[in-house]
Amino acid sequence: MTNRVMIEARGLVKRYGDFTAVKGIELEVQEGEIFGFLGPNGAGKSTTIKMLTTISRLTDGLARVAGHDVTRETDEVRSSLGIVFQDPTLDIGLTAWENLYLHGLLYGLASTEIRERADAVLAMMELQERRKDLVKTFSGGMKRRLEIARGLMHRPKVLFLDEPTVGLDPQTRARIWDYVKTLRDENGLTIFMTTHYMDEAEHCDRIAIMDQGEIIALDTPDNLKRSVGNDVITLQTANDAQAIAALAANFSITARSVQGGVQFDAEDGETFLPQLLARNLFHVTSLNLRKPTLDDVFMLLTGRTIREEDLGARDQMREAFRQRGNRR
Amino acid sequence: MSLRAVYVVWLRELIKFWREKARIVTSLVQPAVWLFVMGKGLSGFVHLHGPFSGSYTAFMLPGVMGMTVLFASIFSSVSIIWDRDFGFLKEMLVAPVPRSALVFGKILSGATVAMIQGTLVLIFSPFVGVQLSFTGVLEAMGTMFLLSLSLSGLGIAVATRMTSMQGFQLVMNFLLMPMYFLSGAIYPLQGLPTWMSAIARIDPLAYGVDALKWALIRFHQFSLSVDYAVLVGLAVVFTLIATSLFKMEG
Repeated sequence: MTNRVMIEARGLVKRYGDFTAVKGIELEVQEGEIFGFLGPNGAGKSTTIKMLTTISRLTDGLARVAGHDVTRETDEVRSSLGIVFQDPTLDIGLTAWENLYLHGLLYGLASTEIRERADAVLAMMELQERRKDLVKTFSGGMKRRLEIARGLMHRPKVLFLDEPTVGLDPQTRARIWDYVKTLRDENGLTIFMTTHYMDEAEHCDRIAIMDQGEIIALDTPDNLKRSVGNDVITLQTANDAQAIAALAANFSITARSVQGGVQFDAEDGETFLPQLLARNLFHVTSLNLRKPTLDDVFMLLTGRTIREEDLGARDQMREAFRQRGNRR
Repeated sequence: MSLRAVYVVWLRELIKFWREKARIVTSLVQPAVWLFVMGKGLSGFVHLHGPFSGSYTAFMLPGVMGMTVLFASIFSSVSIIWDRDFGFLKEMLVAPVPRSALVFGKILSGATVAMIQGTLVLIFSPFVGVQLSFTGVLEAMGTMFLLSLSLSGLGIAVATRMTSMQGFQLVMNFLLMPMYFLSGAIYPLQGLPTWMSAIARIDPLAYGVDALKWALIRFHQFSLSVDYAVLVGLAVVFTLIATSLFKMEG
């Protein structure tokens, strides 16, 4: 894989009147990378995506997608990216195939190529049998898959996914992730996605955490979690005082007595625990290893958590709307 | 200008129009009510004076076709709000095509649908005493297409300024009914109070209805060259306004 930069942002700024939604973002995404964009609602994620995908004008700064300037080479940028928006943008009054066909025409594909691509993307998203059905009869997960299929019609180099799994059941979410990984592995696609599901961000190669218009952290999920601190191990023992003493004597670990037993930090819990147990210093009745999560990272950086309850009214309506759509 | 993009937008609307055949049939209900409930009912005591010698319902037929074109054009331009609310507009806005192509496509599809619906009203002609000629029908279709270009342009121009469907409905109710009544569709524009004929003069529909009357019942009140000059002029002006307003959006 070449080390080509597929998305580049330099001092990206978006102002709406007095309000600065995006405050000079810098980022670089390599070809074939799955890049996650994380943050609470209103952090500026969608605004950034809008600028990178030419929907919204930059107030200041520079951005290039697939080597093209988003301001000056709008059509080239648009041809080289596929987008799946947060809100559904399919025409539900048309069939799956018609949605793909019109998309192909819109992106200037020849009709033989449209047929070929439509077959390929429908197969990839496992929707062949429903090709002639009206999209209104589709479930939420099928709609999302069709939307991804449509975004792939014109062979984009970069795929933007804005909250691709919101409002989907866990099984469908897992499936969407499988597709995304396949796309990267088999087609070398670069994927830029936003999410506020912390557990999903783990699938990304690198993550940028955004808050109040700024990127406050950018690294691999593992590095980010490591930056928070060590693993936390909690042991239940027959004799807590004895265990604390043994840990101090043998590993120079300062353990504390907590409600659930004995608790201490370890740099690498997975390798430390077998070592500890092998020594058989004291009797352990149960143990718990807790790795830092991206939630902890966000908590440390902002003093807040990203939680589903934080969804704004707009998002709640959107979710309700989606659920309603799913039932049909 | 990307003709292909114009075609895509046009094709999408036409596929959906064709799919909703029930809508095509119900679009004939309103004209039928006007012709047979209003027209037949009024024809007993409406006596047309002057150059037109046919029945009152015959006089109404071109006007009712004009009304059909008016409503069809406006409703097709409403779909741009629908697309915005339900997201499909975004799919088109991120495509590598100029925004003006989207507006042209909408206007052309609106005009096509309106022309088809208006032409369908002609199935009532035997019942209202209008003899159709081949050239008359062609002239009428051309007129309806031209009329609808300007009305769809107007509709889109208004729609781009509206944030909700309700707002659009409100504006259109203030606009549509007066436009219809003052177009000469149901009474000739002669001997009206000055203020009424003044408004009729700025009613785009009046020129369309006048040209339709000439095509179908060989009766007109303005000169035909004025009719067509106004219709072409308005089609161009409203299309330009709609395009520039739409470009400003977002």
